[in-house]
Amino acid sequence: MTWNEEAECMPRDELEKLQLKRLQEIVKRAYDNVPYYQEKFQEANIKPEDIKTLKDIEKLPFTTKTDLREAYPFGMFAVPNEDIVEVHTSSGTTGKPTVSGYTAKDLDIWGEVMARSLDMAGATKKDRIQNCYGYGLFTGGLGVHYGAQKIGSTVIPISAGNTKRQIEIMQDFETSIITCTPSYALYLAEMIEKNDIDTDELNLKAGVFGAEMWTEEMREEIEKRLNILAVNIYGLTEIIGPGVAQECEEKKGLHIFEDHFYPEIIDSKTLKTLPDGEKGELVLTTLTREGMPIIRFRTKDITALRREKCDCGRTLVRMDRITGRTDDMLKIRGVIVFPSQIERALLKIEGLEPHYQIIVTRPHHLDELEVQVETSEKLFSDEVKHVEEVKKMIENRIHSEIGLRVNVSLVEPKSLPRSEGKAVRVIDKREI
Amino acid sequence: MKLKQISIFLENKKGRLKEAMYILSKANINIRALSIADTSEFGILRLIVPEPSKAKQELEKNNFVVKINDVIAVEVPDSPGGLYGILEILNQKDINVEYIYAFVEKKTDKAIVVIRTEDIEEGINALKEGNATVLTNEEVYML
Repeated sequence: MTWNEEAECMPRDELEKLQLKRLQEIVKRAYDNVPYYQEKFQEANIKPEDIKTLKDIEKLPFTTKTDLREAYPFGMFAVPNEDIVEVHTSSGTTGKPTVSGYTAKDLDIWGEVMARSLDMAGATKKDRIQNCYGYGLFTGGLGVHYGAQKIGSTVIPISAGNTKRQIEIMQDFETSIITCTPSYALYLAEMIEKNDIDTDELNLKAGVFGAEMWTEEMREEIEKRLNILAVNIYGLTEIIGPGVAQECEEKKGLHIFEDHFYPEIIDSKTLKTLPDGEKGELVLTTLTREGMPIIRFRTKDITALRREKCDCGRTLVRMDRITGRTDDMLKIRGVIVFPSQIERALLKIEGLEPHYQIIVTRPHHLDELEVQVETSEKLFSDEVKHVEEVKKMIENRIHSEIGLRVNVSLVEPKSLPRSEGKAVRVIDKREI
Repeated sequence: MKLKQISIFLENKKGRLKEAMYILSKANINIRALSIADTSEFGILRLIVPEPSKAKQELEKNNFVVKINDVIAVEVPDSPGGLYGILEILNQKDINVEYIYAFVEKKTDKAIVVIRTEDIEEGINALKEGNATVLTNEEVYML
């Protein structure tokens, strides 16, 4: 199934022609209407007319989260205020939130890319989509909502939280597709098991999971425990919200909707563009956005682009699942560690619940990494030495994954905080 | 005669032992024997109770990790050298004791201890051959 075959399966040369035309238009629009861009372009000594090929995008300056924050609240808008019909903000966990403004046409495009995303998970008019992403300033809830409406599916706008009710509605309304964060999906699976509900009696067939990093092992766990297809969605408020990229049923990376978003991968140190297949920071440019054109936004998300043809027939480039962020990258005793590496090590251990927390401290001028893991009947024993062996085994698995010794603490089941939105995996107590 | 023991994982956190006791008391489960193994990071609470499965269920409902396994309950003469004699039987058969703890109650003039050997079957056979009295579940719960 393909929602918009013309756009999603367009021959590459045609697509690139379309991208160039749109890039030239948006650069001009940004330059003419947003003082921030005008200033930045002048500093870099570049004019919109200098963009003659797609490659010329590399001459343009980057836009960072700090730039957007400085423009708070409406400094990045490229249209008169009366044309903005909706605003959203990022969560603002790292400071003042950034604002995203949408014209009616922007919302239409958002609905379109979200419809493509949901379609990849198999959504049709007949489906009931339980949307457990939060509704509000956060883009998750309304993004899915617009996409589902475009398809004509029934949206259950339940929003985040109240797990008991989520499960009740899932049973009573015969929900077929669920949208939430992957960590919440696992929590739902846990509660469904706890309440002795047979997943065969649920009507669930697929889930579109995103808004936080997750691993292949976590996908397997969700697919097995909920008995569904679990696909990965990617997006960010600054660009549009969810619906920038989405995994098809091949589950081999996320197709970026390139007719609307232009991706590049850069080395976050040298800022040079990297070739396909190489890992680096994802940089995105909106190609069609009216309300708030974004040129070369540094996402801080780490991925690689793959251009090999996908078996689904789409010609759109694919990006690997996000394996880290340049800013949640931990540096422990000089070694770079991503929480996802620890997660990967943990999920390979049978009987281990996929709930964990990483605590970084610096007790004696030296970084210490503690990984708290919930124990389970499978891991537990009446003998101290066996429990200690399990602890050591987990420590060794993490060691071989990240190359650092860590201290694993076994904690009681359900004692680590469960999140209904983005899971908090790392607590950095170092004062640096 | 194997005896069922339940083991409970306790995080080194204030109030966890009390919480486990509260759950058992609410379920009207009486503890016949108990021991705690503690390390600097966690503890293992081991109990002999009349209804191990029910106790396990109740504790699990409250998010405790519980395991049921077999141990041996054996009578020990309540006099100097009593336990030594029992351990000597096992020692002669080259059987290692993982842990050991005592019952509070007494049946006649004998004390009762719980013994965990790596292979329970082997431990029981050795004790029986050495003429020690191994108690059944029923005998223990009747105490």
